[in-house]
Amino acid sequence: MIEIKNLAVNLGTFLLEDINLSIEPGEYFIILGPTGAGKTILLESIAGLHPIKSGEIWLNGREVTKLEAEKRGIGFVYQDYALFPHLSVKGNLLFGLKQKRRSKGERQLIVEWVTGLLGVSHLLERNPSTLSGGERQKVALARALSISPQVLLLDEPLSALDPHAREGVQQELRQIHHRLKATIVHVTHDFEEAIALGDRIAVLSEGRILQVGTPEQIFRQPNSEFVARFAMSRNIFAGEVRDADDGHATITIEGLKLDVVTELRGKLHASLRPEDILISQEPLRSSARNCLRGTITHINDRGSTLYLTVSTPLDFICLLTRRSFEEMGLRVGEEVHVTFKASAIHVF
Amino acid sequence: MVAQIWRQIAARRLTITFLLLGLIILLFIFVPLLKMVFSSSPSLLFDTLLEGEVRSAIWLTLYTALLATAVGLLLGVPLAYFLARHRFPGKRFVEALIDVPIVVPHTAAGVALLFVFGQNFLAGKAFHSIGIDFVSAVPGIVIAMLFVSVPFLIDSAKQGFEKVDVRLEKVARTLGASPWQAFFRVSLPLCWRSIFAGSVMMWARGISEFGAVLILAYHPMIAPILVYERLEEYGLDYALPVASLLIIICLLIFIGLRSIAYRGERA
Repeated sequence: MIEIKNLAVNLGTFLLEDINLSIEPGEYFIILGPTGAGKTILLESIAGLHPIKSGEIWLNGREVTKLEAEKRGIGFVYQDYALFPHLSVKGNLLFGLKQKRRSKGERQLIVEWVTGLLGVSHLLERNPSTLSGGERQKVALARALSISPQVLLLDEPLSALDPHAREGVQQELRQIHHRLKATIVHVTHDFEEAIALGDRIAVLSEGRILQVGTPEQIFRQPNSEFVARFAMSRNIFAGEVRDADDGHATITIEGLKLDVVTELRGKLHASLRPEDILISQEPLRSSARNCLRGTITHINDRGSTLYLTVSTPLDFICLLTRRSFEEMGLRVGEEVHVTFKASAIHVF
Repeated sequence: MVAQIWRQIAARRLTITFLLLGLIILLFIFVPLLKMVFSSSPSLLFDTLLEGEVRSAIWLTLYTALLATAVGLLLGVPLAYFLARHRFPGKRFVEALIDVPIVVPHTAAGVALLFVFGQNFLAGKAFHSIGIDFVSAVPGIVIAMLFVSVPFLIDSAKQGFEKVDVRLEKVARTLGASPWQAFFRVSLPLCWRSIFAGSVMMWARGISEFGAVLILAYHPMIAPILVYERLEEYGLDYALPVASLLIIICLLIFIGLRSIAYRGERA
């Protein structure tokens, strides 16, 4: 586990201050924050790559504040992979093992194990420059795991990937976490990524931690503008995706069944943009698959637009222009219908 | 028809003008070199090569320049790495300082070196006590070459190190490498081409040095000084074969080394 007490790091141009975190063994911990919040610096400080001004870092009950990076046993993965370009994939994977003076047989076994784990055995002889983004990230993960790290630190591991590869690597991360019971600290600016993967989330802004909690807590009671603005712009639900009778997919959220379009199955999350929801006073006959009846419980006036909360009883935040709102003469307590396409729901 | 050709020429005025101007400077570089190489008959060149004085001068030039490059590697590459990785007040000044030897007249550089490494001066005295003298001696040639040519190596190596992503070193650290190991196993292998190219430039610049060496060590005689002496003492006919030989040897070495660096680049 990782314990960070009153950590301060001063890099001249940037300041981390008053960082207190306690990350449990086997936890998938997310550090969420906008660009320039100091996420990478925090992660690199945990790895021992920056001199620390004050405070303490403890790793599995041992103080490592002043311990050199090479002795901490921390696996690190960067956004743009940082594979050694002068070494083959195999050379990259052997780098740490040679450094740790493992025997030849042992090295062979570990390389086989990590490449098997990440499904990159066929890439061993390749040069990193010939790999796709997803492949590079898997190799970078395999390299970090090769030293059997106490903790895995991931710096925006999905940000440089295209959406398809991102889904693959995200799945890989979940599996690694599950199978190895690894403690993972994952830095991201992407809210959906944070919710999809994190057991807990810490929100970092301008070098300070604003909030720590479960995805649910962070999302429902945000205390930072960064999170609040995101929360306002998305409906986010936790649910379970299953095959429906007709072969399509449905997600069940608190007993409510919605049609979705996705290949994924299992306990997942769904997001829906407020502007993708139609509000009507009569039920709509349209091609949209999801139509629900609910009551307006809250109106948030934003000038030319308004955010309506409609309880079905699941709460949906819907965006309306002032003109539509006035023409329909909507009020709190009024019954309306909310309609949205199955494809408007993003499952992650 | 003619009008059409004119229009085409007009449309490419810039390209054509630049090409012509470029051609003039290319000829300016090429013609003297070629004329020099072919002005002496092969048999005369061969005879010149057999002269003990010429051979020893050329050999001395090559290996003193090589020694200077070796010292440059040992002391210049660490500085290049430091400059590529650190920001500090006055960094611009230090970087400008490194390039000063390129712009000062080399005879002046020679005098400046004399003022430090001469027998009556501080460094000269210190080195004299361990048996190394600079004036009219091989070490003098080496430091004269070092002074005027090391900027090429430092600049090239610095640019090379700047291109190596710092994160590669950081990852190496997390994988168990000490800062030294990260340097030797990651940064250096990724930068070797720049260092090699810089070394070739430095060596070539050392071989061609005249002014600074002239002041510090007229004797033992390196090839550029031999050319000068023969021109002064016996006239053009005697200087020419030595000069031709020097140019041919430099060209061959330069082409050879450049092709090694180029092959590395493609690999």
